[in-house]
Amino acid sequence: MKTLGTLLIALFMSVSVLAKEATPVARDPVTEARLIDLSKDMRCLVCQNESLAASDADLAKDLRDQIRQLINQGKTDKEITDYMVQRYGNFIRYKPPVDATTYALWFGPFLLLLVGIGVLISVVRKRNSQSEEAPLSAQQQQHATELLRE
Amino acid sequence: MKKSINFWYVIPLLVFIGLVAFMGLGLRHDPHEVPSPLINKSAPDFTLPQLGKSETFSPHDLLGQVWLLNVWASWCVSCRDEHPILLKFARDYSVPLIGLDYKDRPQDGEGWVTNYGNPYTKIAVDLDGRVGINYGVYGVPETYVIDKKGVIRYKQIGPITEDALKNTLLPLIKELQQ
Repeated sequence: MKTLGTLLIALFMSVSVLAKEATPVARDPVTEARLIDLSKDMRCLVCQNESLAASDADLAKDLRDQIRQLINQGKTDKEITDYMVQRYGNFIRYKPPVDATTYALWFGPFLLLLVGIGVLISVVRKRNSQSEEAPLSAQQQQHATELLRE
Repeated sequence: MKKSINFWYVIPLLVFIGLVAFMGLGLRHDPHEVPSPLINKSAPDFTLPQLGKSETFSPHDLLGQVWLLNVWASWCVSCRDEHPILLKFARDYSVPLIGLDYKDRPQDGEGWVTNYGNPYTKIAVDLDGRVGINYGVYGVPETYVIDKKGVIRYKQIGPITEDALKNTLLPLIKELQQ
């Protein structure tokens, strides 16, 4: 009887834990979809490795509520992103805009790729020309034939 | 030929040194201090009730003065470290120090100032944290230095330390008061 009681308590506790994790979302499915779409590209400032969509921090909840309200006020995605950037800066965006401070970030990798390709081409060319230009000397040729004969 | 080979061998070393320097700089940078885009912008206006009073507070009440807006809460642990410094600041300087009691139950906020002392000129109550969002608050405590024209000139993220007060806040306040 005691075990049954404990089991029941454990069951209820697990249910309440589950209930806490599954926050009631679907008030308006369209709003919620847009909310998730917007907030998954935003950084939670409290726990910076989580997106605003995924974070359980209090501030993230508040900001999601704020986004929800802005959506209901008929704001466009751009207006909502701008609203957040005005308050928290570009740091909140996982996709920073292309401007003078982020050129290195956006174009740096391609530049490195180009440099890499350039180095590769020059190395391969050099190797090719080297193998053509360096035929065996007479002595080496003789040595090689001797080796082959053995 | 030999000379050019030596040159190529040096490049990885140079790249490595560059990378170390870059990462070394990165280590010094605290990722929890996100630069505020509100610096040199007008402090967002609001009207909030004052803690334990029937009056309200608005930033435009303080136009013409240099003042501090300190975001705190009774649930905030590092506010405890900051509190003695705020008390001393309030005792030594006549700069208005406005508290923004952020996402706190008013009775808890009142309990805090009763127990630990009240350094604030006025305390505004931001129950739902909406004003906090407008100021880009993401971690309590945070302190804003606001100039005579109502423009945010500096944001202290995290508790005000003795060092920050002496070397950053006070010189800035003095400069702005002129």
